Amino acid sequence: MTKELFSGAELVVKALSALKVKYLFGYPGGTVLDIYDALFRQNDVEHILVRHEQAATHMADGFARSTGEVGVVLATSGPGATNCITGIATAYMDSIPMVVLSGQVPTGLIGDDAFQETDIVGCSRPIVKHSFNCRNVVDIPNTIAKAFYIASTGRPGPVVIELPKDILMPQYTAEYVFNADVKMRSYNPTVTGHHRQIKKAVQAITKAKKLVVYSGGGVIIANAAELLTELVEKLNAPVTNTLMGLGGVSGTHDNFIGMLGMHGSLEANKAMANADVILALGARFDDRVTNNVKKFCPDATIVHVDIDPTSISKTINAHIPVVGLVDIVIKQLLVELEDKQFTVNKAENQLWWQQIEQWRAVNSVSYDQTGDKIKPQRVIESMYKATNGEAYVCSDVGQHQMFAAQYYPFAKPRQWINSGGLGTMGFGLPAAMGVKLAFPGSHVICITGDGSIQMNIQELSTCLQYNLPVVIISLNNRSLGMVRQWQDMVYGGRHSSSYMESLPDFVKLAESYGHVGMQINNLEELDEKIKQAFAIKNRLVFVDVLVDESEHVYPMQIRTGAIDEMWIKKGVKA
Amino acid sequence: MRRILAILLENEAGSLSRIVGLFSQRAFNIESLTVAPTEDDTLSRITIVTKGNDKILEQIVKQVNKLIDVIKITDLTERSHVERELLLIKVLAMNEKSRSEVMRITDIFRGSVIDIGKQVYTIQLTGNADKINAFITTLANETEIIESVRSGCVGIARGEKALRIKQ
Ligand SMILES: Cc1ncc(C[n+]2csc(CCOP(=O)(O)OP(=O)(O)O)c2C)c(N)n1
Ligand SMILES: [Mg+2]
Repeated sequence: MTKELFSGAELVVKALSALKVKYLFGYPGGTVLDIYDALFRQNDVEHILVRHEQAATHMADGFARSTGEVGVVLATSGPGATNCITGIATAYMDSIPMVVLSGQVPTGLIGDDAFQETDIVGCSRPIVKHSFNCRNVVDIPNTIAKAFYIASTGRPGPVVIELPKDILMPQYTAEYVFNADVKMRSYNPTVTGHHRQIKKAVQAITKAKKLVVYSGGGVIIANAAELLTELVEKLNAPVTNTLMGLGGVSGTHDNFIGMLGMHGSLEANKAMANADVILALGARFDDRVTNNVKKFCPDATIVHVDIDPTSISKTINAHIPVVGLVDIVIKQLLVELEDKQFTVNKAENQLWWQQIEQWRAVNSVSYDQTGDKIKPQRVIESMYKATNGEAYVCSDVGQHQMFAAQYYPFAKPRQWINSGGLGTMGFGLPAAMGVKLAFPGSHVICITGDGSIQMNIQELSTCLQYNLPVVIISLNNRSLGMVRQWQDMVYGGRHSSSYMESLPDFVKLAESYGHVGMQINNLEELDEKIKQAFAIKNRLVFVDVLVDESEHVYPMQIRTGAIDEMWIKKGVKA
Repeated sequence: MRRILAILLENEAGSLSRIVGLFSQRAFNIESLTVAPTEDDTLSRITIVTKGNDKILEQIVKQVNKLIDVIKITDLTERSHVERELLLIKVLAMNEKSRSEVMRITDIFRGSVIDIGKQVYTIQLTGNADKINAFITTLANETEIIESVRSGCVGIARGEKALRIKQ
């Protein structure tokens, strides 16, 4: 019997379909035309043609964040590949599983500064979990299998595969041998927590008088939200989420004390500062959380659970480190608590909660509702009502992002999708498109600003092509609001290049792309029009809301202070 | 504190650049670095001499371990170990007096002259960094150093302890 032989390009597509990849986000060019040809001749993998490769990476990223599956990108060599860099870095910072297939010039030309040659593996080295220079046709399927395995296990992250054109062309062929069950001698991420560490952790937790659970993106990634809720309820502990961890417990749960950090709630930051034990779950003590590390929670015993040992004791020393997948470790903690027949010490617990209620009563996440300008916070509340709190909210970066995080309590994990680590303006729209592809029946919002939306606005065209009716809500403050806020607070109100002069007419712009455009500039119409926007089912709606341009995001940590040193509103310290 | 790290990793394209990239990206110090395949040519072994306090060293070890193609890393300086470096050095040996002086110093340090030119001696010496530094200083007092090259440190644990893949 003759063996069936395939070109490298065909092997790429066969491997992707074996891995059940539904969507491939990409843009064609010389070195990957063979892959495009192979895609044309099959129906398993659907290619989504973006308008800019950066958007392909964010779309794949949004798809990955909302589903937990690997997002896959295809780009041509040179400019196509370098356009992916920002999206790769975005995924890397937030530990998102992604595989980027990049073309490369033919093997014989590598190193010659050939047309559209860029060392993409070199360029992306500091911002990938791993990368591969694939050099042989026979290696293609298993390199792809390895890339998926690495991207999606342990602490997830982006993986780049460079594919030179010659090994994709029909001139070379190989059999299709594919092994999805990857084993690597150099890569075996730890999954269960060490039992001695679990015991120590439970000892600390049970002795605590003022316990806080601080959970991050790791809980979302590990699908550990239900377990987290169970743990928090068992301990009756206050729980705070990082920007990446929102939805880890429901935003309306009684034990939830809000987001912590730079724009977190006073009660969350106060509880951290006054805690005697901090249980950190899948969070990494980012500088946007800790504020001045030298003043960080000096009296607390820190139990730090994370899949990545490098995250432990990197910025803040952990007294009880536990390396493991956060879902598994929470289960281990629950079992150990059960074994120890743990019950909440009512008196101590009540005292702690009384203290927290006092901080809560300050109502730090609130805004001035007087006047007839539309406050940006009010828009978020309106869209919360209109979507019953059930929408996927994909954010860009700026004040609008913080307002969304503060005023839209997320009931479930993966509902809140934002670039937390890198803070990438331009992320929101393509990410929302990736989510909409995955969940066509759900409301998917892109919450954005007049600055951010223009960083990937060309994707409105992709939305039309693939019928992706996301709802774009732009909090238009005619400025780079977050920059302006810092200039107001730190730079004597000198608004250097933070104005957006010559903004387009966003309504007409949306219409010219074939979508519905709406503008809201009257507070009285706000709720009604937002409702209308969500009632339009099969068309993309771009809602341009003219909001109060002078609004600042509060509360806000005071720079170089402790975690709980905060401005509550303009000129008022906690 | 000076530390000697021994790393066992997959002998693949790009694995060395990942290590080097990691050190520069995270501002870790590299005093010396040597690399070569092991007796099993699918594996490379790297020895890095670095400096840093305990906190930095902990991060270095964890970050290196996190690289996908690294199999093991160990801090040789934690335990009793042997370290060696190779020096090749070319010095001026113009006349009888300077030649015999160079020879005498070389003998004392248990080095050997491995090449002779009209006016130069090339000497080979192995030892730990201290010995090599002392040798270079002594030679420099006696004659002119034309050129020198050091291999960088390699090291191995004493006794049964070994850095290898579990069989
Ligand atoms: C790609 C990129 N460039 C620059 C920045 C710095 N930056 C952070 S927020 C911001 C302003 C965002 O303006 P806009 O999207 O209008 O949001 P607003 O703050 O006004 O709500 C800028 C420039 C960034 N985060 N990302
Ligand atoms: Mg703005």
